[in-house]
Amino acid sequence: MSKTHVSTCINGDTHEFLCDTQNTLLDVLRHELDLTGSKEGCATGDCGACSVMLDDRLVCACLVLGVEADGKEIETIEGMSSGSELHPIQQKFIDLAALQCGICTPGVLVATKALLTKNKNPSEEEVRFWLAGNLCRCTGYDKIVRAVLEVAADMRNA
Amino acid sequence: MNDMTQNNLERALKIVGTRPPRPDGVDKVTGRALFGSDKSLPNMLVGRVLRSPYAHAKIISIDTSKAEVLNGVKSIVTCADFEDFPSEFVPNGEMIVNLKDITRNIMAREKVLYVGHTVAAVAATSEDIAEKALGLIDIKYEVLPHVLEVEDAEKPDAPVLHEDMMTIGIEPSPKKASNVAKRVEFGFGDVEKGFAEADLIVEREFTTQQVHQGYIEPHACLASVSEDGQADLWCTTQGAFVVRNFCSKLLGLSAAQIKVTASEIGGGFGGKTVVYLEPLALALSRKSGRPVKMEMSRAEVFTSSGPTSGAKVWVKIGVKNDGRIIAGDCVLKYQAGAFQGAPVGPGAMCAFAPYDMVNVRAVGYDIVVNRPKVSAYRAPGGPISEYGVESVLDEIALKLEMDPIEIRLKNAAKEGTIAPYGPKLGPIGMIETLEAAKAHPHYSAPLGPNQGRGIASGFWFNIGGETSSSITINEDGTVGLTLGTTDIGGSRASMAMMASEELGVPMDLIKPVIGDTNSLGFNFLTGGSRATFSTGMTVVRSTREAIEELKKRAALLWEVDLNQVEWVDGHARLIAGDEPKTMSLAQIAKQAGKTGGPIMANCSMNVTGAGPSLGTHIVDVEVDTETGKVSIVRYTAIQDAGKAIHPAYVEGQMQGGAVQGIGWALNEEYIYNDKGELENTGFLDYRIPVCSDVPMIDTVIVEVPNPNHPYGVRGVGETPIIPPLAAISNAVSRATNIRFNELPLSPPKVLAKLMHG
Ligand code: FES
Ligand code: FES
Repeated sequence: MSKTHVSTCINGDTHEFLCDTQNTLLDVLRHELDLTGSKEGCATGDCGACSVMLDDRLVCACLVLGVEADGKEIETIEGMSSGSELHPIQQKFIDLAALQCGICTPGVLVATKALLTKNKNPSEEEVRFWLAGNLCRCTGYDKIVRAVLEVAADMRNA
Repeated sequence: MNDMTQNNLERALKIVGTRPPRPDGVDKVTGRALFGSDKSLPNMLVGRVLRSPYAHAKIISIDTSKAEVLNGVKSIVTCADFEDFPSEFVPNGEMIVNLKDITRNIMAREKVLYVGHTVAAVAATSEDIAEKALGLIDIKYEVLPHVLEVEDAEKPDAPVLHEDMMTIGIEPSPKKASNVAKRVEFGFGDVEKGFAEADLIVEREFTTQQVHQGYIEPHACLASVSEDGQADLWCTTQGAFVVRNFCSKLLGLSAAQIKVTASEIGGGFGGKTVVYLEPLALALSRKSGRPVKMEMSRAEVFTSSGPTSGAKVWVKIGVKNDGRIIAGDCVLKYQAGAFQGAPVGPGAMCAFAPYDMVNVRAVGYDIVVNRPKVSAYRAPGGPISEYGVESVLDEIALKLEMDPIEIRLKNAAKEGTIAPYGPKLGPIGMIETLEAAKAHPHYSAPLGPNQGRGIASGFWFNIGGETSSSITINEDGTVGLTLGTTDIGGSRASMAMMASEELGVPMDLIKPVIGDTNSLGFNFLTGGSRATFSTGMTVVRSTREAIEELKKRAALLWEVDLNQVEWVDGHARLIAGDEPKTMSLAQIAKQAGKTGGPIMANCSMNVTGAGPSLGTHIVDVEVDTETGKVSIVRYTAIQDAGKAIHPAYVEGQMQGGAVQGIGWALNEEYIYNDKGELENTGFLDYRIPVCSDVPMIDTVIVEVPNPNHPYGVRGVGETPIIPPLAAISNAVSRATNIRFNELPLSPPKVLAKLMHG
């Protein structure tokens, strides 16, 4: 079976890769491009650990085919900080201990950034429903939700 | 000489008890942190596992010849590649393991004992080829009848999983094999006499279902065995040294031949304390001469790694009219899965442990069934037995028209109480957590329609164990800590904080790392809530030793006696003399070469003196009477931490444990069909709580110091999963005026009870 040539833009950089049609975007990111920040918790779209932005849309990279990335812009956790500066959401998660093991964290952060782009002033309920696709087994979500609400307030006041 | 064992319980603290950022935080929020499946090696192969489609079957033959010749297949292993072992039980933290069983669990031998049981593994140049090769392996089975539930497994005509299993702990010992691996009993006094004196007796039977730890990171590892037999293993585990020891035995390698490096770990909760893929990857790598990476899919995690037991629990409690417990009796029947080792021992030990008992008995049975072998899960055994006891106690409180906190206060265990499992308890915080619960505004807040409030307490032992760590004072005045216990939720921060407190230097000068198995002496795994307690103990002691050395070096430089030097706030200080003279850690470190060479210290010990942690939870639920759906409206978790080194991570343990308990109480269960196949092998239908299912989890940290730890630490990770089961069940019972004795309280089950009682 021949591979398909895909050219895409990831975190602002052009990337070209060859991929089998059945390979998911998550496979490509993790195995072809060594961008292992996006995690695989289920490969069935249920855990959100693989959350990335595809042309400004929040998606589970495990549910997108690698070939679908052709001509698209992708943003992963690796592109969230700029230079040596953490994104305020990243900093807030550290400050408020909103992670324990950290496996869900990349996906939660990507999803949070997507939320705050759409809605600068989400209620607790909106945060909880937005993040309902991002499973976290360690924190009980309390500190995650607090971090999101607090950083949203900080960003509004910035 | 500084007293290595002196405690700091009375000292004013600068760092301990604050909330600094964790040292590994930046790596974890940027995607830089490397977890089990994030590492690769040149020339690496992909390993895949062939699993049993049957719940119980004899293996007649295994033919791998077709798979072997498939282009791209580099090695195949079956049970023929692993040595067999005689039956021998060795403790592994809170669980007991047997190499005869472990080698059969990682690779089936005579029989397959559950759907998902490993029968062969393949390493190939690509995932596709490996998958294809699995399809070419020809296995002939003779399918046997299977058994899934303890009540069926106990029957005299039940299919027997292990023909040599004679129940241990029964006199006279049985002549016939059965599925009951062992019987345990704890207690004292005379329960029958106690019940005869009781004014009120309540006796109930409970059922809980098998649940999984549900860590988000599947098991994964990367093994590389070189031609000279030297093995490198990278894996996600709660205990690199434990993995090394298991693998060295299973593969016939010496401990020195295997170096295990623990990756960052994406959750474990007890489930990553044993080996599954690791010995397979090593065997495949040894056979192929190439590195082999293996990962479980989510479905494999559910079918083939260790969940915890489903159980039947019978509890009988007798009280006097004033609420004083006069007798407590329980019988626990826990599923072990395919091999013995259900956590029924600890379950029986802690069932009545929150209380000061006069007459008490707890009997437990460890019963094998055709399900995956259970592994530890957060306070293994505790949530199940305490759920039964705490539920009956709630019913008694209702019958006596007593407040549920009052009845617990009346019976609370305290310092000096003889625990049902034998020892006399040291200082513990049962009364303190109950008092804090009573005083919490949550407890007196009004309830809405269809709402109920539940209370339950929980007891967990916590453990110490073999531990070693080291400290190095670098030439520039920074400090390195090498730790041997996996950091599963912020322990590097706690260790750096304790070292910082002792040394009197800022925490950001201290860099803690988790060492591989070649860098330290044996460390038992992260489990039993032991890391902050045990590793913390070795960090404090080695830091104190390093301080002694720093003082010696200062004395040398000043040309005075050692006893003329004291250590204050990160500086050596000359005690005598008119002018105060000090030298900073950095100044001493810079001159270490002149004064005797590098400064480092280590501490190795078998830590004892862990302090039990008690918790009390308050939960408000609302029951939708039309659908049977139970919503958690408000939740407060109160726990004795001894001392919270980093309170945010202590709260995190309490909140995370509470929400796992909520999942156990409301939704989670293994659902099997009549062929013994697990039907819910994904997060879509094995539904763990999601963000929108739960409210904020309020926490109150109570601190009754553990006198055996320099800062009073008890360990906090496990207790928080114990109270939620009963607290929620009690809340639902109070909201509906119907007693619920079965988990999970999922909508169909609740609705059925609402309709038919
Ligand atoms: S890995 Fe994509 S949603 Fe779980
Ligand atoms: S921090 Fe472990 S899964 Fe979220």
